[in-house]
Amino acid sequence: MEFIQILADFIISLGAFFLLVGGIGLIRLPDFYSRCHAQGKADTLGVMLIISGLLITELARGLFLNCAKLLIIIAFVALTNPTATNALVGAAYHFRLKPWFKKDQIKKNKDQTIIEKEEEV
Amino acid sequence: MEKYFIYLSVILTVIIFIPLYRVLAGPTLFDRILGAGAIATKTMVLILVIGLVFNRLDMFIDITMAYAILNFIGTLAIAKYLGTRSSKNK
Repeated sequence: MEFIQILADFIISLGAFFLLVGGIGLIRLPDFYSRCHAQGKADTLGVMLIISGLLITELARGLFLNCAKLLIIIAFVALTNPTATNALVGAAYHFRLKPWFKKDQIKKNKDQTIIEKEEEV
Repeated sequence: MEKYFIYLSVILTVIIFIPLYRVLAGPTLFDRILGAGAIATKTMVLILVIGLVFNRLDMFIDITMAYAILNFIGTLAIAKYLGTRSSKNK
């Protein structure tokens, strides 16, 4: 019984780690489409792992109705969270939101260095 | 063992505050919607963990299911509303 609880705690900690990585990606990535990449995959995996850990905890306590409901929630999250992100990306594409390219960043950096050189002169 | 879940709920609360930056300072409208969706998804997990701390998980699971459905329908409605418009900023 104790081993099952330790396994559940490990899975829950792994899920919290994935949620943290998704949050950092949501802040650090450069444009909307790449942020959707962080939110649609890392967050879904983290939520599914944490709910799986709670399911194992409930299974160890012998409450099977709660386990069935948690299974339904896992299936619902796995279906709907990427679907919502995909719908949002489709709306942004239809809105003609401009994606981010690496050459834009390089050009911006070049302009900044030119300005800095002019300031030095 | 209850202590583990109390610490976990505190950590989850800290994690929920991270996408709030994207909601407040997002460059476009879609970034704000994405951040709000991320907050709602993480709040679902927080409600479940708090239910486990209070030992009333059977009640909190139903709240979580309603919250998940509301989050999904809200995001889809906003995406549908914005997708039918077109803008001039290419």
